[in-house]
Amino acid sequence: MTVWQIVLLASVAVLALKVAGYLVPASVMERPTPARVANLTTVALLAALVVTQTLERAGGLVLDARLPAVVLAGILFALRVPFIVVIFVAALTAAGLRSLGWAS
Amino acid sequence: MRASLAVGLAVAAYGVSFGALAVASGLDVWQACVLSLLMFSGGSQFALVGVLASGGTAAGPAAIASAALLGMRNSLYSMRLGPIVGGPWWRRLLAAPLTIDESAAVATAQPTLRGQRIGFWVTGAVIYVGWNLTTLAGALLGDLVGDVRQYGLDAAAAAAFLGLLWPRLRSRQPVAVAIAAAVVATLLIPWLPPGVPVLAAAVVAIVVGVTNLFGRAA
Repeated sequence: MTVWQIVLLASVAVLALKVAGYLVPASVMERPTPARVANLTTVALLAALVVTQTLERAGGLVLDARLPAVVLAGILFALRVPFIVVIFVAALTAAGLRSLGWAS
Repeated sequence: MRASLAVGLAVAAYGVSFGALAVASGLDVWQACVLSLLMFSGGSQFALVGVLASGGTAAGPAAIASAALLGMRNSLYSMRLGPIVGGPWWRRLLAAPLTIDESAAVATAQPTLRGQRIGFWVTGAVIYVGWNLTTLAGALLGDLVGDVRQYGLDAAAAAAFLGLLWPRLRSRQPVAVAIAAAVVATLLIPWLPPGVPVLAAAVVAIVVGVTNLFGRAA
C-alpha cells in the first residue's frame, strides 16, 4: 500500500462511521452494550498506543528516554497541567536525557 | 459560546503536535493536511501516524484498522446528536464531519435545544478551522526539524496518547480495561508485526464490554 492509499482509505472509514451514526435509529443508542463496547474500545486502543509508543522500537521492546518522559507526563496529567504543556515537557525531557547521554 | 471558544483554542494547539508528528512518521505535508481535512478526529489521526511511524507502509492495514476502531465512538456521538442537529438530511450530512469528542461534549452539556445547536456548530467549526491551520503549521515545522528523536518527538507522541486516555479513566471498568490492554500490547510487541498488538488489545475491550466485567449492573 502507498501512504496515499492508507491516508485516503482510513479517512473514508472514519468519516463513514460519523455518517453512519446519523442513519441509525435512536433505539439502538438505548441499548447499553454497543455504547459500552465503543467507549471501552477507545480506552483499550489508547492504552495500547501509550505502551507501544513508549516501549516499541523496530519490532522489539526497548527501555530508553521515552519511559521517564511518559512517567513524568502521567504525573503532570494527574496534577491537571494543560495538555500542550505536558506534551512539551515530555519532549524536552526525552531530548534532554539524550543530549546528556543518560539515555538513548 | 464561551465554552466553544475555550475548547476550540485548546484543541487547535494540539494540531501543531499532530502535524509535526505526521511528517516525522513519513507522511508529507499534504498527506498530513488531507488527514485533518477529511478524517478530522484527533485520536484516529494520532493512531494512524503512530502505527505508520513504527511499521511503515507494511503496517498500513493495521494503521487503518486502528484509526477506524478509534473512530467508532464518533458513531455514538452522531446517534446522540441526530435529534439535536435535526432539520433536513443535508444538515445532518454537513454535521457528520464536525462530529467529534469536543463538539459532542459541548453540545450535550447545554441546557436548551438552542444552546445545544449553537454549541455543536460553533465548537465544530472553530475546531475544524483551527485544527487544519495548526496541522499545516506543525507539518511545515516538522519538515524543518528533521531528526525526530533528537527533539523528543517520539516521547511527545506517547504522552499525547496518555493525555487522550486520561480523562476517560474515571471509573473502575475503564481503568481495568486500560491496564489489561497495556499488558496485552506489551506482551505481544516482540511477537507480532507493528500495529497488530494495538488491535489485539481492542479484544480486551470487546470481551469486557459484552460481559460487563468490572461494571455495575447495567
